[in-house]
Amino acid sequence: MDFNFSEEQIMMSDVLREFLTAECTMGELRKQIASDVPRDETRWAKLAEMGLFTVLLPEDAGGLGLAEQDFVLLAEAAGYANLPEALIEHAGVAAPLLAALAPNHELVAKAAAGEVTLIAGDPATSYLPNVDSADALLLWDGKSVHLVPSSAVEAVRQESVDPLRRLFKVTWTPMDTTRLSGDNSNAWAQAINRATLFHAAHCLGAAQRCIDMGVDYTKDRNQFGKPIGSYQAVKHLLARAQVKIEFAKPVVYAAAAYSEPGTFVDARVSHAKIAATEAAEAAARASIQVQGAMGYSWEVDVHFFLKRVLSLTYAWGGPEFHLSRIGKRVFELQLGPDATFGAA
Amino acid sequence: MDLNYTPEHKAFRAEVRSWLEANVPKERLPDFEMTREGFEAHRAWEAKMKEGDWGMVTWPKEYGGRGVDLIQWLIFEEEYYRIGAPGRVNQNGIFLLGPTVMEFGTPEQKARILPAMASGEQIWAQAWSEPQAGSDLAGVRATAELDGDEYVLNGHKIWSSRAALADWAFGLFRAPGTERHKGMSLILFPLNAPGVRVDPIRRIDGKPAFAEIILENVRAPVTNRLGDEGQGWHICMATAGFERGLMLRSPARYQVAAEKLAKLYQANKMTAPVSARDAVLQAWMDSEAYALSIYRTASRLIAGGSIGAEASTNKIFWSEMDIALHRAALSLLGAKAELMPSAPEAADVGDWLDGYLFSLAGPIYAGTNEIQSNIIAERMLGMPRA
Repeated sequence: MDFNFSEEQIMMSDVLREFLTAECTMGELRKQIASDVPRDETRWAKLAEMGLFTVLLPEDAGGLGLAEQDFVLLAEAAGYANLPEALIEHAGVAAPLLAALAPNHELVAKAAAGEVTLIAGDPATSYLPNVDSADALLLWDGKSVHLVPSSAVEAVRQESVDPLRRLFKVTWTPMDTTRLSGDNSNAWAQAINRATLFHAAHCLGAAQRCIDMGVDYTKDRNQFGKPIGSYQAVKHLLARAQVKIEFAKPVVYAAAAYSEPGTFVDARVSHAKIAATEAAEAAARASIQVQGAMGYSWEVDVHFFLKRVLSLTYAWGGPEFHLSRIGKRVFELQLGPDATFGAA
Repeated sequence: MDLNYTPEHKAFRAEVRSWLEANVPKERLPDFEMTREGFEAHRAWEAKMKEGDWGMVTWPKEYGGRGVDLIQWLIFEEEYYRIGAPGRVNQNGIFLLGPTVMEFGTPEQKARILPAMASGEQIWAQAWSEPQAGSDLAGVRATAELDGDEYVLNGHKIWSSRAALADWAFGLFRAPGTERHKGMSLILFPLNAPGVRVDPIRRIDGKPAFAEIILENVRAPVTNRLGDEGQGWHICMATAGFERGLMLRSPARYQVAAEKLAKLYQANKMTAPVSARDAVLQAWMDSEAYALSIYRTASRLIAGGSIGAEASTNKIFWSEMDIALHRAALSLLGAKAELMPSAPEAADVGDWLDGYLFSLAGPIYAGTNEIQSNIIAERMLGMPRA
């Protein structure tokens, strides 16, 4: 029983944090929005160079063969920087999904190297992100996963709340030739859990960034002759949001300790998503509130984080979907203090 | 990260479970906060636990413990709450003063205080707050004046839980003429010493569960001072850290309550308000989040880390969870929600009301949640002090 991340895991996320602090500034993201490009190709290439796409891929395909707990801090670091590129969707979800169903497919090695970008999703129930920078899509038809070239689907851009998470309505026709073999339903269940978990981790990072921005502002802004951060009404708004973050963290990290889908793990992952998205929304709103009218302006950066959190809240299943998975665990499996880590 | 219990952990759980199954009283003990009889019944239970060295499992063997790590302590607590064993009448001793003595006590004090605490022979109350010193604890006025090798204690302490029935108190006093954080000392005194008067105070639930303590020229040997003269504030802050950090409210308590709540919901599903499911699931999620958080902290401490200001987040989280959990239960009970446990119609549901009333104290004791929020803002987030 050890809840600590390894030195390697922490080091890998520190490296990503440093990189993003330097090369994913809000100033650059604002330029990216203005130019309406699908992604920053230089940044994407550097993420590939750092080897981040290989973390969850099998060693046979040039991957590191690691697990969720090795990726979760990377997703959190991405959230702290509001990274717009599809690190989670490609490296955390779609590429490992293809590797699980077609380990020898040439696209797996290419995905590891960043030569192709993969995006997974269920077009019947959600809008898919980043389709305009994807080479191929892994689409769920309700029973199976299909590997479909992006050029073979119709993708219509849908303007949405987060200008840095580009959404598309995808229309396609499932065919026998695109269907992947293997245990599709288990692989898809794992893809859902990974997307859910990593988006939760992203929200944890975003939440902390919102708090940090709010704290910085309250130290500099003076009213009634003192920094507003010295007033308890202001302090408590941020402190309360920090409490939510502190109790979302262990849930997200614990959810990262499991790989195999199932009622117990699904509930832990869904709990992570609910706790992290709620903490992040609370943090963003507290941050906006303490920054007053400035906080509500386009010029201050908090709103970008709030918008990503909103977008991710509804990606890969909204609150009701996740709450129902938690209900299944609570009403069907053993409860109590000896079942925290699975049935005793 | 590996969230699996080791074979040793599993064996430890089995050992705890079998001892508790054989020894926990079959009948519920009378309330230890209402009568001397109930208090003494709980003292006898503490003595029984000491026979099996289960009084405080993390303490070294020489002081009546088993020298196990914090993960095993959590396992012990899980089994303890799971079986519904009696409340710990000496919780202020074992969870607050105990770790403080372990850190600041002399070898003589450890040998004198800890084994008697582990066996329930000496049951402890905390004597810090005063009528004019609550959240602002540095405003303490009670004095300890040195006279030879004894202190002469004078002052007025208040809100001391279980002081009316307890044997000893650990109090915060200051040298005459000193101010604020300087000049304070932590001094232990028997509650039956000449010059001590204890008057019970009823809580909103009607129980005489806390008390005020009036001290008039009470004499205590200097060997009853914990730590150095003038080190009292520093020691109190360390004690408060233990209080908020890990041990005051172990997660198992809430996990057991969440499990009962889920069963209550299923039994009343047909008549439950539509919002009830969400409240039940939220209570379960929060109890799990708290447990996971404590496991994470325990792992960090075992790896050599320390508890900092983030301990203040614990207290806010569990106190609010406790209230929400009990409110959810009351919403499922319909007309029975307002029945006391003693009402003929209450059957086994009266405890929810009792629990709800008690939960309302949570945001107040052990440092109000507003004080905790200040600590989080200033020491975790680095916001400017007022």
